[in-house]
Amino acid sequence: MTHNAVVVGGNRTPFAKAGGPLAQASNHDLLTAALDGLVARYGLSGARIGEVAAGAVLKHPKDFNLTREAVLSSALDPSTPACDLQQACGTGLEATIYIANKIALGQIDSGISGGTDSTSDAPITVSDPLRRALLAANAAKTAPQRLKALSRIRPAHLKPQAPSVTEPRTGLSMGEHQALTAERWGISREDQDEIAAASHHKLAAAWEDGFFDDLVTPYLGLARDAILRADTSVDKLAKLRPVFGGPGGTMTAGNSTALSDGAATALLANEDWAREHHLPVLAKVVDAEVAAVDHPGGDDLLLGPVAAAGRMLSRRGLTLDDFALIEIHEAFASTVLTTLEAWKSEEYCRSLGLDGALGTIDRSILNVTGSSLAAGHPFAATGARIVPTLAKLLHQRGPGSKGLISMCAAGGQGVVAILEAV
Amino acid sequence: MGVIEKAFYSPAGKALSAKAGLKEPPRLRRGRTWPQGALVLATLGGGTIAADALSLLGRATEAPVVDDQPDTPAGYGSRIGALVVDATELTTVAALEDLRAVLRPAVRAIEPSGRIVILARAEQDGWEAKAVTRALDGINRTVGKELRKGATATLVYVDADATAGDLVSTLGFVLQGRSAFVDGQAWRVSAAAQRPQAMEDRPLDGRVIVVTGAARGIGAAIARTLARDGAIIVAVDIPPAGESLAAVANEVGGTALQLDITAADAGATIAAHVAARGESIYGIVHNAGITRDKMLVNTDASRWGSVLDVNLAAQIRMNEVLLDPGTPGGIADGGRIVGIASTSGLAGNKGQTNYAASKAGVAGLVAAMAPDLASRSITANAVAPGFIETDMTARIPFVQREVFRRSNSLSQGGQPEDVAEAIGYLLDPRSQGVTGQVVRVCGQNLVGA
Repeated sequence: MTHNAVVVGGNRTPFAKAGGPLAQASNHDLLTAALDGLVARYGLSGARIGEVAAGAVLKHPKDFNLTREAVLSSALDPSTPACDLQQACGTGLEATIYIANKIALGQIDSGISGGTDSTSDAPITVSDPLRRALLAANAAKTAPQRLKALSRIRPAHLKPQAPSVTEPRTGLSMGEHQALTAERWGISREDQDEIAAASHHKLAAAWEDGFFDDLVTPYLGLARDAILRADTSVDKLAKLRPVFGGPGGTMTAGNSTALSDGAATALLANEDWAREHHLPVLAKVVDAEVAAVDHPGGDDLLLGPVAAAGRMLSRRGLTLDDFALIEIHEAFASTVLTTLEAWKSEEYCRSLGLDGALGTIDRSILNVTGSSLAAGHPFAATGARIVPTLAKLLHQRGPGSKGLISMCAAGGQGVVAILEAV
Repeated sequence: MGVIEKAFYSPAGKALSAKAGLKEPPRLRRGRTWPQGALVLATLGGGTIAADALSLLGRATEAPVVDDQPDTPAGYGSRIGALVVDATELTTVAALEDLRAVLRPAVRAIEPSGRIVILARAEQDGWEAKAVTRALDGINRTVGKELRKGATATLVYVDADATAGDLVSTLGFVLQGRSAFVDGQAWRVSAAAQRPQAMEDRPLDGRVIVVTGAARGIGAAIARTLARDGAIIVAVDIPPAGESLAAVANEVGGTALQLDITAADAGATIAAHVAARGESIYGIVHNAGITRDKMLVNTDASRWGSVLDVNLAAQIRMNEVLLDPGTPGGIADGGRIVGIASTSGLAGNKGQTNYAASKAGVAGLVAAMAPDLASRSITANAVAPGFIETDMTARIPFVQREVFRRSNSLSQGGQPEDVAEAIGYLLDPRSQGVTGQVVRVCGQNLVGA
């Protein structure tokens, strides 16, 4: 038996804006729904899968075993093991790499990767002083000791702390970081709005074509991505005011991803196992790489994937010209544009220790069915949205077609992978 | 539940309606259950097919009580479960008296949800014999209306060259609780050289059956019932219904295929789905359907076209692709096609010209396909549901709904599983001799049936 790890297919919920149609669903609910749709599509009801790996970025403490619990709520055989993984916005792709690697090593024949996030149901925590006081009171042996511990609580400590998307080491939000990057790389507002409008138009066209009929299962009455605006345009987007980078900034709510709710899964398998079980074989997972930049030291926070892609291509002896399709996660339209600029920059690529610039690409092969700006970006789910989408697109283009995935993640990290149609 | 409906079902309301002559509807025997009381076999003439088929079914029989004394009406000592009359040799008006003589005591003694089954020849020679064949239909329909407490009557026309093996699935279905809501019906069993074998509890074991419109209601019940009988279900519904479709598919251990059946490539998509799994289709149940009710004077081209396309044209297109022997994953020889007609189509229904056209069209379609597919041993049949309790009929205003419910011989609406059971019977490999037929699942609708 060969150890080719292949993508069989995937399933996700439609994505929606925070507070929208999926607001009442928890991470557990969303991930279970995505799993159940996958199980139904491939007839896996009652089947034991090698392993399920998934995660969430915004996670309640009670969800310490989120993926395993979702498996138990799903139609899969309860003896299917699971683990939680987390790598910020790279979670869904990292989980896919984890499962693909296990398959490649012959440890499992089948696996499901995934991710979920509910920004509507984000965990709210108590302040550190309140937590310390409560823990001390709990540990106290006598009533006076307990009273003394509790007496340290001040009204200000009672304010609940909502999760933030700021980088702990810089105190800047991701959008603020990216605004600095966009300015440094001279990314124009017009180019960003064009990327955003194109994302909506391409995603809308794919929905109209029925492309997502075997990739998405409706959930809670929502049948299509709720953030999608088929009728948006560069003109309409140009009217929005900047939200990052000050009054003269170029980044708006239209060319930045919205806080989203949703979950996605991908089914992977050993190629021989998939064929024996009469499951589709769309594309194999060829390679993957993770890289990081020193953003506290001043590096561009979201350009981590550039070094990752450069090293991976070099290792494989590939160039950007070898790819039929490229998916660059649209955290912000400017992330896509700076990534493309960085790929072109001899100086930047050499600064990463690469032999030279990666080169330029034909925009017509980029994010051909839209990406996160139009679909939404439930952080951990996005990688598991992109993998089956790209695998299906490559399969349609025929055996040997290669695709590149580039995803930025918090902490200055970047996750990339290569798929090749079988 | 509305105020009127609540009041109607309250103890006071029930007492009042009982006084007004509205009886509590009987609870029907359902599923793979046999009548409790004795199974009586009356053979009028020298026919043996009923006795042989009952023997294959493993059912012991008793001799009938015959009402042949002018002064003292004969009676059974206790309730009987069913009467099967072999009237295949009955050809004269005078001989109809023999039928009356066995029916009279049996109708009086039949248990709740019992069965009266008459077997007759489909084709007879001569004017009188043909008239008698038709007379049996009148008797059957009337007995159905007179029977009480959920007991039903069925007439089965059997071809002269049909064998007990050809009859066994039909007789088993009619006697079992699976036919709970089939009443006052007649259909035909032809010769198909079925081996003389007993009925199976899982006749569809390992067979791939496509069910369209499977996300809810009758479609979901079909998927469940066929899966109970062993089928591997491919559950098809439109993408927006995907969430409940996935739940049904996972419940029955099948696969979900989100698909608009009116798409030009719908048949090809279904075949590709099945072929990818290394299988071919044994049966397809064209259950998907829509209503766009309006009086004809208010029916525009869009209401007309959408109903005819979903309910009729789409299945014609899909059948053509799936029946092409060159389509991998298509319908294999020996396969089954079942369409869903409707009593609205057979009898006509105010406000449903488009729907009636499509549903009567389904009846015409299976009748047309059956002879053409006979050489490949593929059967094509339809069921015609009457008033069935679903989410869709629950939206009909209560009083109107209660009238619909009571307007049949069983004084109640049917359950989705009643439709599913009839479909399961037509899909049974042993039902090879049943083709081009329409079986109504309507509790013997008083109108138009």
